[in-house]
Amino acid sequence: MPLVLNEEQRLLRDTAREFLAGNAPVAAMRKLRDERDALGYDALLWRKMAELGWASIILPEAYGGLDFGFLGLGVVMEECGRTLAASPLFASAAVGASALLLGGNSEQKAALLPQIAAGELTLALALEETHHHRPTHISTTAVPEGEGFVLNGSKTFVLDGHSADKLIVVARSSEDDRNAQGLTLLLVDRQTPGLSCQRTVMADSRNAANLRFDNVRVGADCLVGEAGQGWAILEPVLDRGRVALAAEMMGCALEAFERTVAYLKQREQFGVPIGSFQALQHRAAQMQADIELCRSVLLQALSAVDETPEQLPMLASLAKAKLNELVKRVTNEAVQMHGGIGVTDEMDIGFFLKRARVTMQVFGDTGFHKDRYATLCGY
Amino acid sequence: MQDLDEFRQEVRQWLEANCPPSQRQPITPPEQYWGGRRGSFPSEDARIWFERMRDRGWIAPDWPTRYGGGGLSDRESRVIKQEMQRIRARTPLYGIGLWMLGPALLEYGNEAQKQRHIRAIINGESRWAQGYSEPGAGSDLASLQCRAQDMGDHFLVNGSKIWTTAADKCDWIFCLVRTNTEVKKQEGISFLLIDMDDPGISTTPIALISGESEFCQTFFDNVKVPKENLVGELNKGWSVAKALLVHERKLMAEMGSDSPRKVVAPNEAARKYLEFDNGRITDAQLRSDLVDYNMQMHAIALTHFRTFEEKASGVRSAAPLAMKYLGTEAEKTKSELLLAIMGSRGLGWEGEGFTTEELDTLRLWAMSKAMTIAGGSSEIQLNVIAKSVLELPQQAEK
Repeated sequence: MPLVLNEEQRLLRDTAREFLAGNAPVAAMRKLRDERDALGYDALLWRKMAELGWASIILPEAYGGLDFGFLGLGVVMEECGRTLAASPLFASAAVGASALLLGGNSEQKAALLPQIAAGELTLALALEETHHHRPTHISTTAVPEGEGFVLNGSKTFVLDGHSADKLIVVARSSEDDRNAQGLTLLLVDRQTPGLSCQRTVMADSRNAANLRFDNVRVGADCLVGEAGQGWAILEPVLDRGRVALAAEMMGCALEAFERTVAYLKQREQFGVPIGSFQALQHRAAQMQADIELCRSVLLQALSAVDETPEQLPMLASLAKAKLNELVKRVTNEAVQMHGGIGVTDEMDIGFFLKRARVTMQVFGDTGFHKDRYATLCGY
Repeated sequence: MQDLDEFRQEVRQWLEANCPPSQRQPITPPEQYWGGRRGSFPSEDARIWFERMRDRGWIAPDWPTRYGGGGLSDRESRVIKQEMQRIRARTPLYGIGLWMLGPALLEYGNEAQKQRHIRAIINGESRWAQGYSEPGAGSDLASLQCRAQDMGDHFLVNGSKIWTTAADKCDWIFCLVRTNTEVKKQEGISFLLIDMDDPGISTTPIALISGESEFCQTFFDNVKVPKENLVGELNKGWSVAKALLVHERKLMAEMGSDSPRKVVAPNEAARKYLEFDNGRITDAQLRSDLVDYNMQMHAIALTHFRTFEEKASGVRSAAPLAMKYLGTEAEKTKSELLLAIMGSRGLGWEGEGFTTEELDTLRLWAMSKAMTIAGGSSEIQLNVIAKSVLELPQQAEK
C-alpha cells in the first residue's frame, strides 16, 4: 500500500475542495442551522454532489458507480470535513452502500445500487439503542411471520434517520440480547406503517433521529444477508463507516488547526504576534506531529478497506481512536488559542468543536476502540 | 515492482546462505562491532558476518560503489534492511561514521576526503566521534566556542567538546569549530575532521545515571589540524552541521524500531508480569497505558513507511521533521511502561535476585532519558516544527 495519494486522487481532492468552497462553505452550514432546516441538508447540494459522482464513489461501474475505492471516498469525506458540509454522503454513500454491497443479494443490488449511485435513494443505518456505541447490545426484535418479519423496538442516534428513504435496521432474531450471534439486518422503508420518527437536534445542528418500531411488518425481500447472520455484514460495514468518518474528522481537525495557526500569526498582544510565544508554539507543533501520525494511520486504514480487509478491524479502531483524540485536542486548542472570540457564535471555530464531539461518538468513542484494539492484540 | 520482488528473493537467498546462525540472535551491547583501530570483533562469527556483508557491498548499500558502497536505490536498500529484520540479522557494523558522517561527507566533502574516509568507514577501519555540543553550548549549539585559528598551513584548535560518544575508543572526530567571532554566530562556524591521535587531544569519560560512561568530554589543547581536513567552505560549517543533524535525528527516530536488541517488549512483559482474567489484563490502568503505547508505535511505524514512500515519489511533507520528537518520546514512554509492568522486579540495579533482562531494562530506562535530550532536545524539535512547518513568528534571539 503506497500511503501516498496518486494523481487521480489528488485531482479529486482539488476538485472537491473547489466545489465545496463554492457550494458548501461553513456559511451554508450556519444557514441550515439558523433556518432550522427540516431536511438538515441542502437537497440541491446533494444533487450536485451526485452529479460529481460522490454518491457512487465506492460503487462498481456495473451499478453506475465511480469505482474510486475507499481512498477516493476518504479524499472527499476529508474535504467535506473542512467545510462541515452536511449531506447524506456518510450515512448513504459510505455506510448504506457498503451494507448492500457486502450483504445484499443480486436482486437488491441491481434494484437499489444504481438508485443510490444516482443520489435518488438515500439510506440510513438504524443501530444504536443506548447512549453509547454497543453494536451487539440489540434488543429490537425481528420475529419471523409468514414469509417476512415483524419488527418491535426503538433506535436512537440514527444519522439521517428522519430524512433517508430506507433504513437498514439491526434487529435480533435470537434470545440473548448482548451477543453478536442472532442479529438480522432488514431494509425498511421509512414510510412503513408502525414506524415513527422523532428528529433530534444535536450539537452539530445536523441530522439524527430516534425511531420506534411498533409491529412493523416487512417482507422476505427486505432481508439483507441471512437471518441471524447479520454480524458478519455489520462489523465490516461499521469498520468502513469508522474509516470514512475518520477521514471527515481529519478534515475537521485540519481546518480548525490551519485557521488557528493563521490566527496565531495575525493576533497581536504585548506588541508582538501571539504565535511568537513558545507556550503556544509548542502546543501547535505537538498538534502538527499528531496530525502527521493520523495522516499515515488514515491512509493505511482507507487502503485496507479495498486492499487488505483482513487488517481492517485493527486499522479501523486505530484510525477512529487516533482521530477521536486528534479532533478533540485540536478543536479544544482552537477555541482556547482564539481567546474570547473563540467562544462567540460569530466565529466559525465553535462549529468545528461541536461537529467534532458528535463524530467522536459515532460508531465508537475512544474507549470503545482502545478496548477493541487491545482485545485484537490479545490482552 | 517485479524487479524489486526478484531482488528480494536474491537478498533472501544470499542472507540465508551467508548470515551465521549466531548472528541472528538479539544483540547485547558487548556483542556489537564498532570497528576502528582500537576495535576488535566480539566473536569469530561477527567477523565472518561483517566481512561477507562488506564484500557484498551491503554495509552501506546505498552509497556509491566507487567508495565501497552497494550503489543501490533507496527501495533496494530498504529491501535489504527488511530482509535482515525478517531473519533478525544483527547489524554487522555500528558507528557514527556509517550513520551520520558518511552521508554528510558524500554530500559536502571533496573527492580527496571521500576517497580517504568513506571506504575506511565501510571497511570498519575508522571509528568516528561527534564533536558538536560544548559545556556552554547545548540546545544553543551555534553559540559554540571551540576555536580553530588559521595558522596559514594549518588550523590550531583549542577548546572542548562534550557528549562525545566513546571518544576514548575513536580514531577520528568531526568537529564544529569557531573560525570567525566577528559575525552572526551561525556564520562563523566551520566543519573539521580531526585525528584523535593528534597531540594535544585528551578525553575524560562522564558517569551517567544509567551507570554507564559511554559519553566523554574531549579536550583540544593547541591541536594542529591540516587545512585539507576542512569540510565545505570556511565559515560555512553550519550547513554541513544541519545536514548531518538530519541523519542523526532520522537515526534516533528509528532506534525503537531498528536492529533486534535484547530488550523486553512491553507486550511480552505484560504476559510475564501481569495478571490476566479471561484473556484481559486485569489492571485497567496498565492495560490502557499499554494500548496507548501500542497504538502510538503502530502510528509511528506507518509514518516511517509513509515518509519513505513520499521521498521515493518526490512528495514533500512535514512528517520527517516530527519523527525524532515522536520516536524518542515513544522510547521514553516504553521504558516507563516496562518499569510499571515489572513492578519491583523492574527496579533491580545489579547483582543477585534479578534476571539480566530485568537489570538491563532499568539501565535502558535511565538511558532513555538521554534520547529526548541528545541530537536536539524535544523542545528544540518542537521549535523546528513551529518555525519550519508552521512558519510561526520567531522571537528575537539574543
